[in-house]
Amino acid sequence: MITNLKTIKELAGKDKRLDSRALNEYRQPIEIETEISWTAEGSAKVKLGETVVMAGVKLSIEKPYNDTPDEGGIMINAELVPMSSSEYEPGPPGMKAIELARVIDRGIREAKAIDMKALCLTPGEKAWFVTVDIISINDAGNLFDTAGLAVLAALINAKFPVVNKETGAIDYKQKTNKSLPLTKEPVSVTVYKINGKLLVDPTLDEEKAYEARLTVASDKDDTLSAMQKGGNGTFTIEEVAKIIDLALEKAKELRKYLK
Amino acid sequence: MAYKERLDGRKDNELRPMEAKIKVIPNAAGSASFKIGKTWAIAAVYGPREVFPRFLADPKKGLLRCHYSMMPFSGSGERIRPGSSRRAQEIAMVMTKALEPVVDLSEFPNSVVDVFVELPQTDAGTRCAAISAASMALADAGIPMTDMVSAVAVGMADDKIIADLTYKEEHIHEFNEDSKGAPVSDIPIAMIHSTKELSLLQMDGEISKEDLLKALEMGKEAIEKVYQVQVKALKEIYTEA
Repeated sequence: MITNLKTIKELAGKDKRLDSRALNEYRQPIEIETEISWTAEGSAKVKLGETVVMAGVKLSIEKPYNDTPDEGGIMINAELVPMSSSEYEPGPPGMKAIELARVIDRGIREAKAIDMKALCLTPGEKAWFVTVDIISINDAGNLFDTAGLAVLAALINAKFPVVNKETGAIDYKQKTNKSLPLTKEPVSVTVYKINGKLLVDPTLDEEKAYEARLTVASDKDDTLSAMQKGGNGTFTIEEVAKIIDLALEKAKELRKYLK
Repeated sequence: MAYKERLDGRKDNELRPMEAKIKVIPNAAGSASFKIGKTWAIAAVYGPREVFPRFLADPKKGLLRCHYSMMPFSGSGERIRPGSSRRAQEIAMVMTKALEPVVDLSEFPNSVVDVFVELPQTDAGTRCAAISAASMALADAGIPMTDMVSAVAVGMADDKIIADLTYKEEHIHEFNEDSKGAPVSDIPIAMIHSTKELSLLQMDGEISKEDLLKALEMGKEAIEKVYQVQVKALKEIYTEA
């Protein structure tokens, strides 16, 4: 597609966008569907406009890390698969996928959104490890926020599988009623700066035109749990304050779709 | 040893419920979702476009290239490590061979048509679901095709010839009390609709020639049902002129 980045920048300068949305407006529809995969312990598909992302949780029992013998673990991985855009190629995750996974990982991990100690079965020996895989289905912009919602919805939706008491083996075909020990539900909102203006939920074209972006993960009580600045541009401290206000407002809006 | 009632109550030649839809991925030239029971394949077609690596380009015709990938959480056991595996590569190859006979890329020299299939959840029969989805996605993309390809697995669980085996039926000795030590054979097939020729045929397990031929006949009937579901999904969007 031919994109006139200059037009996008000029429009942003006048508080306008190519698709006539307001700068602080998310695309519609916003849809969250859970339990989309029976083989995952938890799963979700999130649609934000034309952007679609799936996330699936798998649980396993592993030996805890030496420095945290009484805790389980979490790992978030993202696969930007070539099915979802002509810009992605088969092969190991590139920088975009790694950053996406790391930013969402931080939003969950550093927010202590999962009680890691509650995942421990036998200190120093066995603990539950949570792996969440993000798969892009159609990338039409703003994978960050879409994937963040998908991961959160999948984690909320996850149920522990049955463990055979004698052998200690996991029976993945049977689920218990027990949910993950989630202590918080951080929602990520990424704010983009284009031509000095702040906006949310960029399209693919807008993602090519931005100067800088800041992802802000926050919990229900407005506590910030993770941030990541991206892009070649910079932010002033005043801009950061504005971004946080906008992110908190939008997080409340997105959170409504979770239930 | 006997497998009397099927574990999910189906008739011997009955397929699991199917659901098909096209245009599920707006970025792609064509796309389709195909569900059969708890197996789900999503296919997207990109191209004709430039071939990378370049040495693969054929100056006489375009190249068809399928890719198969199970999502890491789509297996019924532990998480699957993402990235390609020998199994995924082989399936991608047989998918390409299953579709090639109906795809005419003579008008697109030096180009490639990529078909990407991702599976969010699986319960056996994944390569067949992948081929059925891919065939619809190619049609949706407007790639010149002489026919549709539809696929299903048939086989024998213990003493019973059946269509569309589930994971449990592929492991019948574990899941059916009376089938301890019983043989199983799994025969994924793909068929070109109008000629009834097989463009995919694999078999693993144990089966006699007579039973194999019976199974293939059952497959021929069963595949007609898959075809109907594919065509219905296409006609929902494309009406006949």
